[in-house]
Amino acid sequence: MINQVYRLVAARQFEIAYKGVDLRADHVVVRPTYLSICAADQRYYTGSRNQETMRKKLPMALIHEGIGLVAYDAAGEYRAGTSVVMIPNQPVEQDPVIAENYLRTSRFCSSGHDGFMQDYVFLPRDRVVPLFPGFDPHVAAFTELVSVSVHALGRFSRKAHSRREAFGVWGDGNVGFITALLLKTYYPDSHVAVFGKTDWKLENFSFADAVYRVDAVPESVHVDHAFECVGGIGSQAAVNQIIDHIHPEGSIVLLGVSEYPIEVNTRMVLEKGLTVIGSSRSGRDDFVETVDLLKRHPNLIDYLQRLVGVVNEVRSLRDIVETFEVDLTSPWGKTVMKWAI
Amino acid sequence: MIYAEILAAGKGTRMGNVNLPKQFLTLQNRPIVVHTLEKFLVHDRFDKILVVVPREWMNHAQDIIRRHIGTDERVVVVEGGEDRNGSIMRGIQYIEEHYGVHDDDIVVTHDSVRPFVTHRIIEENIECALRYGAVDTAVPAIDTIIQSEDGRVITDIPLRSEMFQGQTPQSFNIKKLVSLYQQLTGEQRRVLTDACKIVSLSGEPVYIVRGEVFNIKITTPYDLRVAEAMCEEKEPV
Repeated sequence: MINQVYRLVAARQFEIAYKGVDLRADHVVVRPTYLSICAADQRYYTGSRNQETMRKKLPMALIHEGIGLVAYDAAGEYRAGTSVVMIPNQPVEQDPVIAENYLRTSRFCSSGHDGFMQDYVFLPRDRVVPLFPGFDPHVAAFTELVSVSVHALGRFSRKAHSRREAFGVWGDGNVGFITALLLKTYYPDSHVAVFGKTDWKLENFSFADAVYRVDAVPESVHVDHAFECVGGIGSQAAVNQIIDHIHPEGSIVLLGVSEYPIEVNTRMVLEKGLTVIGSSRSGRDDFVETVDLLKRHPNLIDYLQRLVGVVNEVRSLRDIVETFEVDLTSPWGKTVMKWAI
Repeated sequence: MIYAEILAAGKGTRMGNVNLPKQFLTLQNRPIVVHTLEKFLVHDRFDKILVVVPREWMNHAQDIIRRHIGTDERVVVVEGGEDRNGSIMRGIQYIEEHYGVHDDDIVVTHDSVRPFVTHRIIEENIECALRYGAVDTAVPAIDTIIQSEDGRVITDIPLRSEMFQGQTPQSFNIKKLVSLYQQLTGEQRRVLTDACKIVSLSGEPVYIVRGEVFNIKITTPYDLRVAEAMCEEKEPV
Protein backbone atom coordinates (compact mmCIF):
# COMPACT_ATOMS: atom_id res chain seq x y z
CA MET A 1 0.00 0.00 0.00
CA ILE A 2 1.17 3.54 -0.63
CA ASN A 3 0.81 5.39 2.65
CA GLN A 4 0.72 9.18 2.91
CA VAL A 5 2.91 10.59 5.67
CA TYR A 6 2.37 14.27 6.51
CA ARG A 7 5.83 15.43 7.49
CA LEU A 8 7.19 18.67 8.82
CA VAL A 9 10.12 19.53 6.54
CA ALA A 10 10.99 22.94 7.99
CA ALA A 11 9.48 25.33 10.51
CA ARG A 12 5.79 25.83 9.66
CA GLN A 13 6.09 23.77 6.46
CA PHE A 14 4.51 20.38 5.87
CA GLU A 15 4.92 18.10 2.87
CA ILE A 16 3.51 14.72 1.98
CA ALA A 17 5.77 11.69 1.72
CA TYR A 18 4.60 8.46 0.12
CA LYS A 19 5.78 5.20 1.61
CA GLY A 20 5.28 1.74 0.16
CA VAL A 21 4.29 -0.55 3.04
CA ASP A 22 3.41 -4.23 3.30
CA LEU A 23 0.04 -4.97 4.89
CA ARG A 24 1.08 -8.45 5.90
CA ALA A 25 4.02 -7.49 8.10
CA ASP A 26 3.50 -8.17 11.80
CA HIS A 27 1.90 -4.91 12.78
CA VAL A 28 -1.52 -3.44 13.37
CA VAL A 29 -2.74 -0.88 10.85
CA VAL A 30 -4.57 1.99 12.53
CA ARG A 31 -6.54 4.79 10.94
CA PRO A 32 -6.02 7.85 13.19
CA THR A 33 -9.24 9.56 14.23
CA TYR A 34 -8.32 12.18 16.84
CA LEU A 35 -4.83 13.58 17.34
CA SER A 36 -3.74 15.99 20.02
CA ILE A 37 -0.97 18.59 19.72
CA CYS A 38 1.75 18.59 22.37
CA ALA A 39 4.18 21.36 23.32
CA ALA A 40 6.98 19.17 21.95
CA ASP A 41 5.28 19.18 18.53
CA GLN A 42 5.05 22.95 18.68
CA ARG A 43 8.76 23.26 19.41
CA TYR A 44 9.42 21.54 16.08
CA TYR A 45 6.62 23.32 14.23
CA THR A 46 7.80 26.78 15.25
CA GLY A 47 11.46 25.86 14.78
CA SER A 48 12.32 26.65 18.39
CA ARG A 49 14.43 23.50 18.72
CA ASN A 50 18.04 24.32 17.94
CA GLN A 51 19.12 24.22 14.32
CA GLU A 52 21.17 21.06 14.70
CA THR A 53 18.19 19.18 16.16
CA MET A 54 15.90 20.48 13.41
CA ARG A 55 18.39 19.41 10.75
CA LYS A 56 18.87 16.00 12.31
CA LYS A 57 15.22 15.12 12.97
CA LEU A 58 13.34 16.62 10.02
CA PRO A 59 11.60 15.68 7.81
CA MET A 60 9.36 13.94 10.33
CA ALA A 61 5.64 13.46 10.94
CA LEU A 62 4.62 15.13 14.21
CA ILE A 63 2.13 14.08 16.91
CA HIS A 64 2.52 11.37 19.51
CA GLU A 65 -0.86 11.73 21.23
CA GLY A 66 -3.73 10.10 19.43
CA ILE A 67 -6.37 7.46 19.03
CA GLY A 68 -7.67 5.60 16.01
CA LEU A 69 -9.59 2.64 14.68
CA VAL A 70 -7.93 -0.62 13.78
CA ALA A 71 -8.12 -0.75 9.99
CA TYR A 72 -6.38 -4.03 9.34
CA ASP A 73 -4.74 -6.75 11.35
CA ALA A 74 -3.36 -9.56 9.27
CA ALA A 75 -3.03 -11.73 12.38
CA GLY A 76 -6.72 -11.27 13.21
CA GLU A 77 -6.12 -10.36 16.86
CA TYR A 78 -7.91 -7.03 16.57
CA ARG A 79 -11.21 -6.69 14.76
CA ALA A 80 -11.38 -3.89 12.20
CA GLY A 81 -13.09 -0.89 13.77
CA THR A 82 -11.69 -1.51 17.27
CA SER A 83 -11.01 1.82 18.95
CA VAL A 84 -7.46 2.00 20.27
CA VAL A 85 -4.98 4.41 21.75
CA MET A 86 -1.62 4.43 19.99
CA ILE A 87 1.60 4.12 22.01
CA PRO A 88 4.39 6.31 20.65
CA ASN A 89 7.28 4.66 22.51
CA GLN A 90 8.63 1.70 20.59
CA PRO A 91 11.30 -0.34 22.37
CA VAL A 92 13.59 -2.54 20.33
CA GLU A 93 15.02 -4.45 23.31
CA GLN A 94 13.89 -5.57 26.75
CA ASP A 95 15.69 -4.81 29.99
CA PRO A 96 14.81 -6.38 33.36
CA VAL A 97 15.70 -3.17 35.23
CA ILE A 98 15.32 -0.18 32.93
CA ALA A 99 11.81 0.78 31.84
CA GLU A 100 11.11 0.84 28.09
CA ASN A 101 10.74 4.62 27.97
CA TYR A 102 14.24 5.15 29.37
CA LEU A 103 16.09 2.72 27.12
CA ARG A 104 18.29 4.82 24.87
CA THR A 105 17.56 2.45 21.99
CA SER A 106 13.79 2.96 22.12
CA ARG A 107 12.16 4.84 19.28
CA PHE A 108 9.65 7.56 19.92
CA CYS A 109 7.09 8.71 17.35
CA SER A 110 7.50 12.40 16.54
CA SER A 111 10.97 12.55 18.07
CA GLY A 112 13.35 11.20 15.48
CA HIS A 113 10.73 8.89 13.98
CA ASP A 114 7.50 9.59 12.18
CA GLY A 115 4.59 10.46 14.44
CA PHE A 116 0.90 9.80 13.91
CA MET A 117 0.15 12.35 11.15
CA GLN A 118 -0.26 9.67 8.51
CA ASP A 119 -3.07 8.24 6.39
CA TYR A 120 -2.56 4.98 8.28
CA VAL A 121 -0.21 4.25 11.17
CA PHE A 122 1.60 0.90 11.20
CA LEU A 123 2.29 -0.10 14.79
CA PRO A 124 3.95 -3.11 16.39
CA ARG A 125 1.34 -5.44 17.84
CA ASP A 126 1.84 -4.38 21.47
CA ARG A 127 1.72 -0.65 20.69
CA VAL A 128 -2.06 -0.37 20.71
CA VAL A 129 -4.37 -0.54 23.72
CA PRO A 130 -8.12 -0.97 23.15
CA LEU A 131 -10.37 1.74 24.54
CA PHE A 132 -13.74 1.19 26.16
CA PRO A 133 -17.12 2.21 24.70
CA GLY A 134 -18.32 5.69 25.54
CA PHE A 135 -14.86 7.18 26.13
CA ASP A 136 -15.09 10.80 24.87
CA PRO A 137 -12.72 10.80 21.85
CA HIS A 138 -11.64 14.40 22.46
CA VAL A 139 -10.30 13.38 25.87
CA ALA A 140 -9.08 10.01 24.65
CA ALA A 141 -6.96 11.86 22.08
CA PHE A 142 -4.59 12.94 24.86
CA THR A 143 -4.53 9.64 26.77
CA GLU A 144 -0.78 9.64 26.17
CA LEU A 145 -0.40 12.80 28.24
CA VAL A 146 -2.44 11.26 31.06
CA SER A 147 -0.24 8.16 30.86
CA VAL A 148 2.84 10.36 31.37
CA SER A 149 1.41 11.53 34.70
CA VAL A 150 0.37 7.98 35.57
CA HIS A 151 3.95 6.90 34.89
CA ALA A 152 5.35 9.69 37.06
CA LEU A 153 3.05 8.77 39.94
CA GLY A 154 4.11 5.15 39.60
CA ARG A 155 7.77 6.13 39.86
CA PHE A 156 6.97 8.36 42.82
CA SER A 157 5.06 5.58 44.54
CA ARG A 158 8.01 3.19 44.28
CA LYS A 159 10.75 5.63 45.23
CA ALA A 160 9.37 8.16 47.74
CA HIS A 161 9.07 7.70 51.50
CA SER A 162 5.74 6.61 52.88
CA ARG A 163 4.40 9.84 54.42
CA ARG A 164 2.06 11.10 51.75
CA GLU A 165 -0.23 13.57 53.46
CA ALA A 166 0.54 16.82 51.66
CA PHE A 167 1.40 17.16 47.98
CA GLY A 168 2.37 20.23 46.00
CA VAL A 169 1.96 20.48 42.23
CA TRP A 170 3.83 23.34 40.57
CA GLY A 171 2.36 24.36 37.23
CA ASP A 172 -1.17 25.44 36.23
CA GLY A 173 -1.10 24.01 32.71
CA ASN A 174 -2.19 20.68 31.24
CA VAL A 175 0.37 18.48 32.98
CA GLY A 176 -0.18 20.21 36.31
CA PHE A 177 -3.94 19.76 35.97
CA ILE A 178 -3.67 16.05 35.14
CA THR A 179 -1.05 15.32 37.80
CA ALA A 180 -2.99 17.09 40.54
CA LEU A 181 -6.18 15.33 39.47
CA LEU A 182 -4.49 11.92 39.56
CA LEU A 183 -2.95 12.64 42.96
CA LYS A 184 -6.43 13.29 44.38
CA THR A 185 -7.57 10.03 42.77
CA TYR A 186 -4.73 7.82 43.95
CA TYR A 187 -4.43 9.56 47.36
CA PRO A 188 -7.98 10.78 48.09
CA ASP A 189 -7.22 11.55 51.74
CA SER A 190 -4.18 13.65 50.99
CA HIS A 191 -4.01 17.44 50.77
CA VAL A 192 -3.15 18.54 47.23
CA ALA A 193 -2.04 22.15 46.69
CA VAL A 194 -1.45 23.64 43.25
CA PHE A 195 1.00 26.47 42.64
CA GLY A 196 0.63 28.56 39.49
CA LYS A 197 1.05 31.98 37.92
CA THR A 198 -2.40 32.70 36.54
CA ASP A 199 -5.48 33.18 38.69
CA TRP A 200 -8.05 32.15 36.08
CA LYS A 201 -6.11 28.99 35.27
CA LEU A 202 -5.89 28.09 38.94
CA GLU A 203 -9.67 28.44 39.22
CA ASN A 204 -10.00 25.35 37.02
CA PHE A 205 -8.41 23.22 39.75
CA SER A 206 -11.68 22.91 41.64
CA PHE A 207 -10.77 19.42 42.89
CA ALA A 208 -7.59 20.65 44.61
CA ASP A 209 -7.52 21.38 48.33
CA ALA A 210 -5.70 24.68 47.87
CA VAL A 211 -4.32 26.84 45.07
CA TYR A 212 -1.58 29.47 45.41
CA ARG A 213 -0.15 32.08 43.12
CA VAL A 214 3.59 31.48 43.09
CA ASP A 215 4.31 35.10 44.03
CA ALA A 216 2.11 34.86 47.12
CA VAL A 217 2.83 31.54 48.81
CA PRO A 218 2.67 31.84 52.60
CA GLU A 219 5.84 30.70 54.35
CA SER A 220 3.79 28.35 56.48
CA VAL A 221 2.85 26.19 53.48
CA HIS A 222 4.76 22.92 53.40
CA VAL A 223 4.44 19.71 51.43
CA ASP A 224 5.75 16.17 51.89
CA HIS A 225 6.42 15.74 48.19
CA ALA A 226 6.24 17.92 45.10
CA PHE A 227 5.64 17.58 41.37
CA GLU A 228 7.25 20.09 39.03
CA CYS A 229 5.02 20.47 35.93
CA VAL A 230 6.23 23.84 34.70
CA GLY A 231 8.89 23.23 32.06
CA GLY A 232 10.95 25.74 30.13
CA ILE A 233 13.06 28.29 31.96
CA GLY A 234 10.26 28.54 34.54
CA SER A 235 11.36 25.17 35.88
CA GLN A 236 14.21 26.91 37.67
CA ALA A 237 12.06 29.18 39.83
CA ALA A 238 9.62 26.34 40.43
CA VAL A 239 12.23 23.82 41.58
CA ASN A 240 13.84 26.32 43.91
CA GLN A 241 10.49 27.31 45.38
CA ILE A 242 9.71 23.63 45.88
CA ILE A 243 13.00 23.23 47.75
CA ASP A 244 11.96 26.07 50.05
CA HIS A 245 8.54 24.58 50.82
CA ILE A 246 9.20 20.85 50.93
CA HIS A 247 9.73 18.91 54.16
CA PRO A 248 13.09 17.15 54.67
CA GLU A 249 13.53 13.85 52.87
CA GLY A 250 10.72 14.68 50.48
CA SER A 251 10.77 13.74 46.82
CA ILE A 252 10.62 16.17 43.94
CA VAL A 253 9.31 14.64 40.72
CA LEU A 254 10.41 16.54 37.63
CA LEU A 255 7.99 16.39 34.66
CA GLY A 256 8.60 19.73 32.97
CA VAL A 257 10.73 19.65 29.81
CA SER A 258 13.20 22.49 29.43
CA GLU A 259 15.39 23.49 26.51
CA TYR A 260 17.68 25.25 29.00
CA PRO A 261 20.01 23.97 31.74
CA ILE A 262 18.26 24.60 35.06
CA GLU A 263 20.17 25.88 38.11
CA VAL A 264 19.12 24.14 41.31
CA ASN A 265 19.82 25.12 44.91
CA THR A 266 21.73 21.90 45.57
CA ARG A 267 22.91 23.08 48.98
CA MET A 268 19.35 22.82 50.30
CA VAL A 269 18.77 19.58 48.42
CA LEU A 270 21.69 18.21 50.41
CA GLU A 271 20.69 19.80 53.72
CA LYS A 272 17.11 18.54 53.46
CA GLY A 273 18.15 15.16 52.07
CA LEU A 274 15.77 15.51 49.16
CA THR A 275 15.26 13.00 46.38
CA VAL A 276 14.88 14.26 42.85
CA ILE A 277 13.03 11.88 40.54
CA GLY A 278 13.14 12.47 36.81
CA SER A 279 10.17 11.22 34.83
CA SER A 280 9.70 11.24 31.10
CA ARG A 281 7.20 9.73 28.69
CA SER A 282 5.50 6.41 29.42
CA GLY A 283 5.33 2.78 28.37
CA ARG A 284 2.72 0.18 27.56
CA ASP A 285 1.99 -0.67 31.20
CA ASP A 286 1.22 2.99 31.88
CA PHE A 287 -1.21 3.13 28.95
CA VAL A 288 -2.99 -0.01 30.16
CA GLU A 289 -3.22 1.44 33.68
CA THR A 290 -4.43 4.80 32.32
CA VAL A 291 -7.25 3.29 30.27
CA ASP A 292 -8.23 1.07 33.20
CA LEU A 293 -8.12 4.01 35.62
CA LEU A 294 -10.36 6.15 33.41
CA LYS A 295 -12.77 3.26 33.05
CA ARG A 296 -12.87 2.79 36.83
CA HIS A 297 -13.29 6.53 37.48
CA PRO A 298 -15.54 8.04 34.79
CA ASN A 299 -15.64 11.31 36.74
CA LEU A 300 -11.99 11.77 35.78
CA ILE A 301 -13.06 12.03 32.15
CA ASP A 302 -15.54 14.74 33.12
CA TYR A 303 -12.73 16.72 34.73
CA LEU A 304 -10.39 16.09 31.79
CA GLN A 305 -13.00 17.50 29.41
CA ARG A 306 -12.07 20.88 30.86
CA LEU A 307 -8.74 20.50 29.07
CA VAL A 308 -10.35 20.12 25.64
CA GLY A 309 -9.69 23.49 24.07
CA VAL A 310 -10.05 23.62 20.30
CA VAL A 311 -11.25 20.71 18.15
CA ASN A 312 -10.55 21.25 14.44
CA GLU A 313 -11.45 18.97 11.57
CA VAL A 314 -8.41 18.47 9.36
CA ARG A 315 -8.97 17.65 5.68
CA SER A 316 -5.94 19.25 4.04
CA LEU A 317 -2.38 20.44 4.66
CA ARG A 318 -3.77 23.95 5.06
CA ASP A 319 -6.05 22.73 7.87
CA ILE A 320 -3.01 21.24 9.63
CA VAL A 321 -1.14 24.54 9.55
CA GLU A 322 -4.22 26.46 10.70
CA THR A 323 -4.72 24.10 13.62
CA PHE A 324 -1.10 24.39 14.76
CA GLU A 325 -1.40 28.18 14.54
CA VAL A 326 -4.65 28.17 16.54
CA ASP A 327 -2.97 26.02 19.17
CA LEU A 328 -0.16 28.55 19.51
CA THR A 329 -2.64 31.23 20.51
CA SER A 330 -4.71 29.05 22.83
CA PRO A 331 -4.01 30.00 26.43
CA TRP A 332 -5.59 26.92 27.95
CA GLY A 333 -6.10 23.24 27.22
CA LYS A 334 -5.35 20.87 24.42
CA THR A 335 -5.89 21.35 20.71
CA VAL A 336 -7.33 18.26 19.07
CA MET A 337 -7.38 17.46 15.36
CA LYS A 338 -10.29 15.42 14.06
CA TRP A 339 -8.21 13.55 11.49
CA ALA A 340 -10.26 13.51 8.27
CA ILE A 341 -7.45 14.03 5.79
CA MET B 1 -24.12 -2.91 1.14
CA ILE B 2 -21.09 -0.93 0.11
CA TYR B 3 -19.04 -2.35 -2.76
CA ALA B 4 -15.77 -1.35 -4.34
CA GLU B 5 -14.83 -2.07 -7.92
CA ILE B 6 -11.14 -1.82 -8.73
CA LEU B 7 -11.05 -1.42 -12.49
CA ALA B 8 -8.07 -3.38 -13.78
CA ALA B 9 -9.42 -4.51 -17.11
CA GLY B 10 -7.12 -2.37 -19.27
CA LYS B 11 -4.59 -4.02 -21.54
CA GLY B 12 -1.97 -1.32 -21.00
CA THR B 13 -1.30 -0.31 -24.56
CA ARG B 14 0.19 3.03 -23.53
CA MET B 15 2.89 1.53 -21.32
CA GLY B 16 5.29 0.72 -24.10
CA ASN B 17 6.90 -2.53 -24.99
CA VAL B 18 6.12 -4.68 -21.97
CA ASN B 19 4.03 -7.82 -21.88
CA LEU B 20 2.23 -6.94 -18.63
CA PRO B 21 -0.78 -4.62 -18.53
CA LYS B 22 0.14 -1.48 -16.58
CA GLN B 23 -1.84 -2.41 -13.47
CA PHE B 24 0.41 -5.43 -12.96
CA LEU B 25 3.71 -3.54 -13.25
CA THR B 26 5.55 -3.01 -10.00
CA LEU B 27 5.82 0.15 -7.96
CA GLN B 28 7.93 -0.09 -4.80
CA ASN B 29 8.36 -3.81 -5.48
CA ARG B 30 4.63 -4.60 -5.52
CA PRO B 31 2.14 -4.70 -8.39
CA ILE B 32 0.33 -1.38 -8.72
CA VAL B 33 -3.08 -3.07 -8.48
CA VAL B 34 -2.06 -4.63 -5.16
CA HIS B 35 -1.18 -1.21 -3.72
CA THR B 36 -4.57 0.08 -4.84
CA LEU B 37 -6.49 -2.92 -3.56
CA GLU B 38 -4.80 -2.59 -0.16
CA LYS B 39 -6.03 0.98 0.19
CA PHE B 40 -9.58 -0.38 -0.07
CA LEU B 41 -8.89 -3.36 2.20
CA VAL B 42 -7.91 -1.08 5.07
CA HIS B 43 -11.14 0.86 4.69
CA ASP B 44 -13.48 -1.14 6.86
CA ARG B 45 -16.77 0.02 5.33
CA PHE B 46 -16.56 -2.21 2.26
CA ASP B 47 -18.54 -5.43 2.27
CA LYS B 48 -17.01 -6.72 -0.97
CA ILE B 49 -14.17 -5.52 -3.16
CA LEU B 50 -14.31 -6.61 -6.79
CA VAL B 51 -11.14 -6.56 -8.84
CA VAL B 52 -12.23 -6.45 -12.48
CA VAL B 53 -9.58 -7.81 -14.86
CA PRO B 54 -9.38 -9.14 -18.44
CA ARG B 55 -10.37 -12.80 -18.60
CA GLU B 56 -6.88 -13.91 -19.62
CA TRP B 57 -5.35 -12.15 -16.61
CA MET B 58 -7.74 -13.49 -13.96
CA ASN B 59 -5.39 -16.26 -12.83
CA HIS B 60 -2.49 -13.84 -12.68
CA ALA B 61 -4.52 -11.37 -10.62
CA GLN B 62 -5.58 -14.08 -8.19
CA ASP B 63 -1.99 -15.28 -7.88
CA ILE B 64 -0.50 -11.92 -7.05
CA ILE B 65 -3.29 -11.08 -4.59
CA ARG B 66 -2.69 -14.39 -2.84
CA ARG B 67 1.06 -13.82 -2.82
CA HIS B 68 1.02 -10.24 -1.56
CA ILE B 69 -2.12 -10.08 0.55
CA GLY B 70 -3.20 -13.63 1.26
CA THR B 71 -6.78 -14.75 1.43
CA ASP B 72 -9.42 -12.17 2.26
CA GLU B 73 -13.04 -13.14 1.82
CA ARG B 74 -13.99 -9.59 0.88
CA VAL B 75 -11.91 -9.72 -2.32
CA VAL B 76 -13.31 -11.21 -5.54
CA VAL B 77 -11.66 -11.27 -8.96
CA VAL B 78 -14.21 -10.71 -11.73
CA GLU B 79 -13.93 -10.81 -15.51
CA GLY B 80 -14.07 -7.39 -17.16
CA GLY B 81 -16.01 -6.19 -20.19
CA GLU B 82 -15.20 -4.68 -23.58
CA ASP B 83 -14.65 -1.17 -22.29
CA ARG B 84 -14.59 0.79 -19.04
CA ASN B 85 -18.34 1.03 -18.54
CA GLY B 86 -18.77 -2.54 -19.74
CA SER B 87 -16.36 -3.61 -17.00
CA ILE B 88 -18.24 -1.65 -14.36
CA MET B 89 -21.46 -3.31 -15.50
CA ARG B 90 -19.85 -6.76 -15.43
CA GLY B 91 -18.93 -6.09 -11.82
CA ILE B 92 -22.47 -4.99 -11.03
CA GLN B 93 -23.82 -8.05 -12.81
CA TYR B 94 -21.65 -10.17 -10.49
CA ILE B 95 -23.07 -8.31 -7.49
CA GLU B 96 -26.64 -8.86 -8.71
CA GLU B 97 -26.06 -12.58 -9.27
CA HIS B 98 -24.31 -13.25 -5.98
CA TYR B 99 -25.71 -10.82 -3.44
CA GLY B 100 -28.73 -9.13 -5.03
CA VAL B 101 -29.00 -5.36 -5.31
CA HIS B 102 -30.91 -3.30 -2.76
CA ASP B 103 -32.09 0.30 -2.95
CA ASP B 104 -29.29 1.73 -0.80
CA ASP B 105 -26.42 -0.29 -2.26
CA ILE B 106 -23.57 1.77 -3.63
CA VAL B 107 -20.44 0.99 -5.59
CA VAL B 108 -17.17 2.92 -5.39
CA THR B 109 -15.36 2.42 -8.71
CA HIS B 110 -11.65 3.18 -8.89
CA ASP B 111 -8.84 2.96 -11.42
CA SER B 112 -6.45 0.21 -10.40
CA VAL B 113 -3.61 2.45 -11.55
CA ARG B 114 -4.32 5.21 -9.03
CA PRO B 115 -2.58 3.76 -5.97
CA PHE B 116 -2.11 7.15 -4.27
CA VAL B 117 -5.79 7.46 -3.34
CA THR B 118 -6.33 8.44 0.30
CA HIS B 119 -8.66 7.41 3.10
CA ARG B 120 -10.41 10.79 2.92
CA ILE B 121 -11.16 10.54 -0.79
CA ILE B 122 -12.65 7.07 -0.38
CA GLU B 123 -14.58 8.03 2.75
CA GLU B 124 -16.07 11.14 1.12
CA ASN B 125 -17.01 9.08 -1.95
CA ILE B 126 -18.91 6.65 0.27
CA GLU B 127 -20.67 9.41 2.19
CA CYS B 128 -21.65 11.40 -0.92
CA ALA B 129 -22.74 8.31 -2.86
CA LEU B 130 -25.01 7.30 0.01
CA ARG B 131 -26.45 10.81 0.16
CA TYR B 132 -26.57 11.91 -3.48
CA GLY B 133 -26.35 8.75 -5.57
CA ALA B 134 -23.60 9.89 -7.96
CA VAL B 135 -20.13 11.22 -7.18
CA ASP B 136 -17.03 12.11 -9.14
CA THR B 137 -13.58 12.93 -7.76
CA ALA B 138 -11.82 15.91 -9.29
CA VAL B 139 -9.20 18.57 -8.76
CA PRO B 140 -9.31 22.14 -10.08
CA ALA B 141 -7.55 22.37 -13.44
CA ILE B 142 -4.05 23.81 -13.17
CA ASP B 143 -3.39 24.09 -16.90
CA THR B 144 -5.65 26.05 -19.18
CA ILE B 145 -7.89 23.63 -21.06
CA ILE B 146 -8.28 24.27 -24.74
CA GLN B 147 -10.94 22.67 -26.86
CA SER B 148 -10.39 21.62 -30.45
CA GLU B 149 -12.64 19.54 -32.65
CA ASP B 150 -10.00 18.63 -35.21
CA GLY B 151 -6.82 18.80 -33.11
CA ARG B 152 -5.42 21.60 -35.28
CA VAL B 153 -7.44 24.69 -34.48
CA ILE B 154 -8.84 25.88 -31.17
CA THR B 155 -12.59 25.99 -31.08
CA ASP B 156 -12.90 27.22 -27.50
CA ILE B 157 -10.90 28.11 -24.37
CA PRO B 158 -13.21 27.48 -21.42
CA LEU B 159 -12.87 29.55 -18.27
CA ARG B 160 -10.18 27.80 -16.21
CA SER B 161 -11.87 28.53 -12.90
CA GLU B 162 -14.76 26.36 -14.07
CA MET B 163 -12.55 23.52 -15.25
CA PHE B 164 -11.73 20.45 -13.19
CA GLN B 165 -9.72 17.36 -13.97
CA GLY B 166 -11.56 14.16 -13.31
CA GLN B 167 -9.95 11.43 -11.24
CA THR B 168 -11.41 8.40 -9.52
CA PRO B 169 -13.10 7.05 -7.47
CA GLN B 170 -16.46 7.54 -9.12
CA SER B 171 -19.26 6.25 -6.96
CA PHE B 172 -22.89 5.49 -7.56
CA ASN B 173 -26.10 4.16 -6.17
CA ILE B 174 -26.10 0.86 -8.06
CA LYS B 175 -29.77 0.83 -9.01
CA LYS B 176 -29.59 4.39 -10.29
CA LEU B 177 -26.50 3.70 -12.41
CA VAL B 178 -27.93 0.53 -13.93
CA SER B 179 -31.24 2.17 -14.70
CA LEU B 180 -29.59 5.12 -16.47
CA TYR B 181 -27.14 2.88 -18.33
CA GLN B 182 -29.97 0.79 -19.67
CA GLN B 183 -31.59 3.90 -21.11
CA LEU B 184 -28.54 4.65 -23.29
CA THR B 185 -28.41 3.67 -26.93
CA GLY B 186 -25.71 1.31 -28.16
CA GLU B 187 -23.92 4.20 -29.84
CA GLN B 188 -24.03 6.29 -26.67
CA ARG B 189 -22.55 3.42 -24.70
CA ARG B 190 -19.81 2.95 -27.27
CA VAL B 191 -18.52 6.53 -27.14
CA LEU B 192 -18.77 6.97 -23.37
CA THR B 193 -15.38 6.84 -21.66
CA ASP B 194 -16.56 8.02 -18.29
CA ALA B 195 -19.05 6.47 -15.91
CA CYS B 196 -20.22 9.79 -14.47
CA LYS B 197 -21.35 10.82 -17.91
CA ILE B 198 -23.92 8.04 -17.79
CA VAL B 199 -25.56 10.03 -15.02
CA SER B 200 -24.95 13.54 -16.30
CA LEU B 201 -26.32 12.69 -19.77
CA SER B 202 -29.65 12.06 -18.14
CA GLY B 203 -29.61 15.48 -16.49
CA GLU B 204 -29.08 14.08 -13.00
CA PRO B 205 -26.56 15.89 -10.74
CA VAL B 206 -23.16 14.35 -10.06
CA TYR B 207 -21.49 15.67 -6.93
CA ILE B 208 -17.76 16.39 -6.74
CA VAL B 209 -15.40 15.10 -4.05
CA ARG B 210 -12.12 16.99 -3.85
CA GLY B 211 -9.33 14.80 -5.17
CA GLU B 212 -5.61 15.33 -4.74
CA VAL B 213 -3.08 16.33 -7.38
CA PHE B 214 -0.95 13.37 -6.28
CA ASN B 215 -3.79 10.92 -6.96
CA ILE B 216 -2.18 10.31 -10.34
CA LYS B 217 -3.06 7.71 -12.91
CA ILE B 218 -0.10 5.58 -13.91
CA THR B 219 -0.59 4.93 -17.60
CA THR B 220 2.73 5.71 -19.26
CA PRO B 221 6.39 4.88 -18.49
CA TYR B 222 6.75 8.54 -17.53
CA ASP B 223 3.97 8.22 -14.94
CA LEU B 224 5.63 5.16 -13.47
CA ARG B 225 8.93 6.99 -13.11
CA VAL B 226 7.13 9.89 -11.44
CA ALA B 227 5.36 7.48 -9.08
CA GLU B 228 8.63 5.79 -8.14
CA ALA B 229 10.28 9.16 -7.60
CA MET B 230 7.39 10.23 -5.35
CA CYS B 231 8.00 7.21 -3.14
CA GLU B 232 11.76 7.53 -2.96
CA GLU B 233 12.04 10.60 -0.84
CA LYS B 234 14.80 10.71 1.70
CA GLU B 235 13.85 8.88 4.87
CA PRO B 236 14.24 10.69 8.17
CA VAL B 237 17.27 9.75 10.22
